[in-house]
Order: sequence, then C-alpha cells, then structure tokens
Amino acid sequence: MTTEKLSIWAGGKSPFSIHWGKLYMWIFLVSDAFTFSSLLISYGVLRHKFLEVWPHAYEVFVHFPLFGEKSVPLAYVGLMTFILILSSVTMVLAVEASHRKSKKEILIWLSLTIIGGFFFLGSQAWEWTHFIMGSEQGAIHLIKTPDNKFNGQIAHWTNEDRTAIILPDRTVLSPSQSTPYIANSEKVEGANLEVNEYGPPMFADYFFGVTGFHGFHVFSGVAINIIVLILVWKGSFDKSGNYGIIENIGLYWHFVDLVWVFVFTCFYLV
Amino acid sequence: METNQAAHDAAHSQTVGPAARKRLWKVFWLLLAITLVEVALAFTHINKDLLNTVFFAFTIVKAYYIVGYFMHLKTERSELAWILLLPFVLLLYFIFMALYEGTAFHHVLFGS
Repeated sequence: MTTEKLSIWAGGKSPFSIHWGKLYMWIFLVSDAFTFSSLLISYGVLRHKFLEVWPHAYEVFVHFPLFGEKSVPLAYVGLMTFILILSSVTMVLAVEASHRKSKKEILIWLSLTIIGGFFFLGSQAWEWTHFIMGSEQGAIHLIKTPDNKFNGQIAHWTNEDRTAIILPDRTVLSPSQSTPYIANSEKVEGANLEVNEYGPPMFADYFFGVTGFHGFHVFSGVAINIIVLILVWKGSFDKSGNYGIIENIGLYWHFVDLVWVFVFTCFYLV
Repeated sequence: METNQAAHDAAHSQTVGPAARKRLWKVFWLLLAITLVEVALAFTHINKDLLNTVFFAFTIVKAYYIVGYFMHLKTERSELAWILLLPFVLLLYFIFMALYEGTAFHHVLFGS
C-alpha cells in the first residue's frame, strides 16, 4: 500500500460515489431528454415556418370543468402543471423518507405521488377530449379560394349565423366577401391527425405526438410507482434496508415533471 | 476513503432531515409562483419576442430547481453533473442546424 493520495479515477472505488442503478437511470434520462429535445426543436422550427397561421394557445385551450362553453383560457393547463409539481414534491419527500428508512412515510408519500399521477392522466384525457371534440361553432376547411392563396387552410367564423369568416392571415371579411370562400369549403369540428379546426394539421399532429409521448411517460411512471409501492408494502426491502430503488424511480418521476415544464412553455405559453 | 465518507455525510445532511424537507417545500412554492406569473404574462400585450425570451428564461430557472433540488444533482459530485449536462450544449448546434439547413431544405422543397 502506498501512502500517496490516489486520484478518484485510480480504481477500486466508485468515482461518482453513487450506486450503479442510479447512474444508469441518469444516463437513460439524458438519452430520453434528447428524444424530447428533438421533438420540441422540430416543433419549434415548423411553427416558426407557419407562424402566421399557427393558432394561439389561449384561443384553443379555453375549457375548464363545470364552466361549460365559457372561456377560461389556460387555467386548466395551469392546474395540470400544479398537480404535476405537487406530485413531484410528494415524490421527493418519499425519497427523503427512504434515506431515513421510514417505511411508513415512504408508503404515504409514494401513494400521494401515484394519486397525483392519476389526476394528471385524467386531466390530460379531459383536455384531449375537448381538443378532439372542438368548439360548438367549428371552422371551415378552405378547399379552393378565389385567389388560391389559402387553399387547404382553416378559416374561422366571426358571427353566430356562420356567414362571415376571418382568413388564416387574420383578415376579417364581410358576409358578401366570405361567400365565395364558404362556397368551396367543408365544415371542420375538432381535431384529428389529418385536419383540425384550429390551424395547420401540423399543430394537432405535434400536440397529439408530444403531449401523448409525455403522457405515456407519466403512465409508465405511475405503473412503476405502483409496482414499487407494492414491493415496499410487502416488505421486499425490509431485510436489506436498501431503499435505493425509491431514489431511482424518483429521478424518473422528476424527469417527467421536468419535461412537462418544457412542453408547457412550448405548447401553451409561447 | 475518509474524505469520501465525509463528502457523503455532507450530501446526506443536505437531502435528509427537517431542514431539507423545508427547503423542498420552498422550491415547490417557488415553482408554483413562477408558473402563475407565466400564465398571467401570457395574457399581457408585451412585445412577443421579449415575452418568449422571458418564458424560456423562467423555464430554465424551473429546470434548474427541479434538477438541482428534486433530483439532488447539486449534492452529487460535480464530475457527474458535468458529464450529464455537458452533452446538452450540442442542442444549440441542433437548433442552428434545424433552422439554417431546415430553411434551405424548405426552400428546395417548396420554393419559398
């Protein structure tokens, strides 16, 4: 044995002083973060390309439970964000309890995290339902326009009787000006992958794709949390007293929260 | 080995105990406050470019607190933090590539 101080890279000990499982989780999360980055950056570029016709989030996401057709813009996603941040706190408190090997507290905080996850998933289902069903008025899909400028684009009604429209570049037309546009158009209600009443098809495609991919992460997180909750409850870690797995699933859960922070900014705020 | 243990204990005291729990709740209130300010700002009529810059700055702040305090990266060894975070510098090149070459590509495909 030499007495000189060896570098932490000299071997024989963990250079990062963390468990390998945690390191693996971190590396997975970095790769997953790149997947989400690619989705969000491509979204940003396409949106930049179609900036003039891209819908504003505060005109699309206006529903709130029990408020019916009354417009309450962005309140619901605000609530969803609140739920996810709250479930992140309960998760980190479960991790804190796991360091103290307090089985009872782990069970409480982990259960609350799972409930928060279910609330978020339910909220997302609700949000999607309203997005897919669309507004009562709907919009029109312009098949052929007089100057061929807006062929294949979406125009919205400006009055209750559905006789006047506003063009994708936000030009307001009178009923007589609107007639030739309406004559060669079809009604659109809600959204699917081919056409939607809010704007370019790309808008709904990215909304479904990115929030769906994130929602699937939340779903997996809830499933994993339930499995670990059962394992803790059954006493699988009682003998070893090693609750490292709580820390690993905690990292995953916080990552899901982190991704939502970016999705929230890109899809609802900007 | 002793210094390793000491470092481990120091990290432990920052992530466990009443003071640590209090700090976590503080982070929660901060994240909530930022979110509320963001939603409020979305309804103002400030210059859109300035507003978007503010939104992304707030997003980075929120990400810092989630990764640093909820995921405990602040109490891990700094070598680990560097290894995990440095690759994200490549995203800047990705954005440049997508915008610059993407525009050229769009030009070729659609001619505008």
